[in-house]
Amino acid sequence: MSKPNPIHFFKDAFVTATSGSLRYHLWMGCLTFLMILGSYAYWVQLREGLVVTGMTDHVSWGMYISNFTFLVGLAAAAVMLVLPTYILDDVDFGRAVLIGEGVAVSALVMCLAFVTVDLGGPHRAWHLIPKLGYFNWPQSLLTWDVLVLNGYLALNLLIPFYILYSHYKGEKPDKRKYLPFVVLSVFWAVGIHLVTAFLYAGLPARPFWHNALLGPRFLASAFAAGPGFIILVLGVIHTQTAYTIRSVIFDKLAMITTVAAQINLVMLGSELFVEFYHPTEHAESAMYLFFGLDGHDALVPWIRTAIVLNVVATVVLSLHPLRRRRPILLASCALLFLAIWIEKGMGMVVPGFIPGPLGDVVDYSPTWVEIWITGGIWAMGFFFLSALTKVAIEIETGRMVHVSARKGGEDA
Amino acid sequence: MSNREKIAEKVRQWLKPADRRRLRRDDGGADTRFAEGADAVMNKRLDRRQALKAMVTGAAAGAAVVQTACSPLGGGSEKAQLNWEEYFKKNYRLMTDEERAATVTRLERLSKLEQNADPHIQTTPPQKGVLFGYAFNISKCQGYMDCVKACIEENNLDRGSNMQYIRIFEIENGQDGLASANGDFYHEVPAEGHYYLGTQCFHCENPPCVKVCPVGATWKEDDGIVVVDYDWCIGCRYCEAACPYFGRRFNWSTPQIPADEVNQEQHYLGNRPRKKGVMEKCTFCVQRTRKGKLPACVEACPTGARVFGNLLDPDSEIRYVLANKKVFRLKEELGTEPKFWYFTD
Repeated sequence: MSKPNPIHFFKDAFVTATSGSLRYHLWMGCLTFLMILGSYAYWVQLREGLVVTGMTDHVSWGMYISNFTFLVGLAAAAVMLVLPTYILDDVDFGRAVLIGEGVAVSALVMCLAFVTVDLGGPHRAWHLIPKLGYFNWPQSLLTWDVLVLNGYLALNLLIPFYILYSHYKGEKPDKRKYLPFVVLSVFWAVGIHLVTAFLYAGLPARPFWHNALLGPRFLASAFAAGPGFIILVLGVIHTQTAYTIRSVIFDKLAMITTVAAQINLVMLGSELFVEFYHPTEHAESAMYLFFGLDGHDALVPWIRTAIVLNVVATVVLSLHPLRRRRPILLASCALLFLAIWIEKGMGMVVPGFIPGPLGDVVDYSPTWVEIWITGGIWAMGFFFLSALTKVAIEIETGRMVHVSARKGGEDA
Repeated sequence: MSNREKIAEKVRQWLKPADRRRLRRDDGGADTRFAEGADAVMNKRLDRRQALKAMVTGAAAGAAVVQTACSPLGGGSEKAQLNWEEYFKKNYRLMTDEERAATVTRLERLSKLEQNADPHIQTTPPQKGVLFGYAFNISKCQGYMDCVKACIEENNLDRGSNMQYIRIFEIENGQDGLASANGDFYHEVPAEGHYYLGTQCFHCENPPCVKVCPVGATWKEDDGIVVVDYDWCIGCRYCEAACPYFGRRFNWSTPQIPADEVNQEQHYLGNRPRKKGVMEKCTFCVQRTRKGKLPACVEACPTGARVFGNLLDPDSEIRYVLANKKVFRLKEELGTEPKFWYFTD
């Protein structure tokens, strides 16, 4: 029949992504419902302005930027799978890596969505387009972030597309064609997270962020939460689909997660020591975060929960007999994910603003509009992840192949 | 240019000068500049040649209407057309003088159409040999807040959210710094045993807010004033996070100013009314100071605690203060070089 072309591929991919079991449809239906709720909330925010959020001139970034920061880390963590698979030729990771890249793409889509909903004038976002607008590069770290995030998104779409499309055609992907991009994406992943950390660390106005440990700490927490999340996704795939994941993949990922979580805890300890051994005026944000300040303590229960979860998960993961048991592994990964989401999101972004530069202590808590928009964006991320994963699995298990390849034999 | 005039212009391009004259003569109505095609066809007795011309005219007018109506903001109304052109304008710094004049014309016309207001929007550039500086006498300030009130009125600040550029802190004698300061006091002033310290944008020589702006919507002018292009700002609030002095404010909702309280003497980079979702800040009253007047806060201060002037003029009062008083600045260790000093008698 006709020669395979990308249009066939996308048509088949669309059909694959939109068909499935009743459970799959229910899952996607729930996500769609959440997305619709989120869209409604966003419409309210567009109409009224950001006044419908809990943010003020004192705490001018809140839940959106918190989630953005966390998700950049999640996206960067895909590199933990990419590096051994493509470069070190570790076949164990072969089946997992496409899932990791799916996680990266979904996380990046969420990142871009969170930044967009945080803008006061999203319709003026074209001012950011180089040449057409005014791109304040290299001065503004935010322009660096725009570049690296979009570049990383392109890389993480390009590489899996090439590999999946080759399999779809019944061909073996040519390593010489994609390896350079893989190498680039490895460096790029570290780049996106460091750049995002520098966005904060470059502000002397905010002593809580203005420290050299922020970048490394971002990387450590990302490489704990990211692979932890991928373990959870693989756990779901392993039990819910025909695509089996070998134990050795779980073991290796669990090892990465554990080591990163341990390093993250060491850094947390180092941070706490500097802040509290001899507290200066610059330690007030940390004081606010962990103990409250002048009777304001909105974040205290959150950060304490996060620390407890973090420590428990890290200890459990560090003990080999516990980590090797699948249910315990999955549970501690979930705890770790939640802990880092709190610690790096609300626990990192919000206290940077408290106390303010002139000493004002103003609490922040998200409003329902913010929560619904945030929920909608997460639902969108999971929607993308589910669809991408489904297509990838159907191709890799040989159920979605081009007609011509199907005739040629079942070697895919 | 109104929409009707635009259509007329389009039509005129289709006609030879002689035909234009004839159409004008034929049209008995008030609008002598242009006869609409439909009228020309329906109401006049025409020879074949004239009729043909008129039909062409009508078609051209129709095309013009369709063209305006198809602009995505729709409507085809003058307002929509102006908003459409405003949407695609450049960053103020990149505009030519003509483009600046054009946007000012559009903005003034839009104010007329939307609020029936007649603002005068200047684009006065920085004056040569001028670098503005400010000094605040903490011995004199009594916390009366007349400066705050004057600033709100002069700069068209949002009354809905009670936005204020200036903050006055009440500090106990013997204390220094803002750690023990009270920025929200509601009692009779001056309070016994306290002194007062005012803050606002310090117009740093090395402003962190300017560096971080991803779209270059905020910058330092040659006279040292840090300004915001309200129509270019995308509202990311990175500058608000970067400012060590809480000098910047965001429009969380559409600003509310009673129509009769709007200051119509405006500057493009100064006090012209803002939209929701953009940053704003103190501009040292650029609409006043570039014309040799004092900022509203300085003029309003009943105690003479506020000193403003040209740092490059050796005879200015600000230079006298810097040369003869003991001065300090806030957070000098950050290297921002504020052009705002504090001093005592």
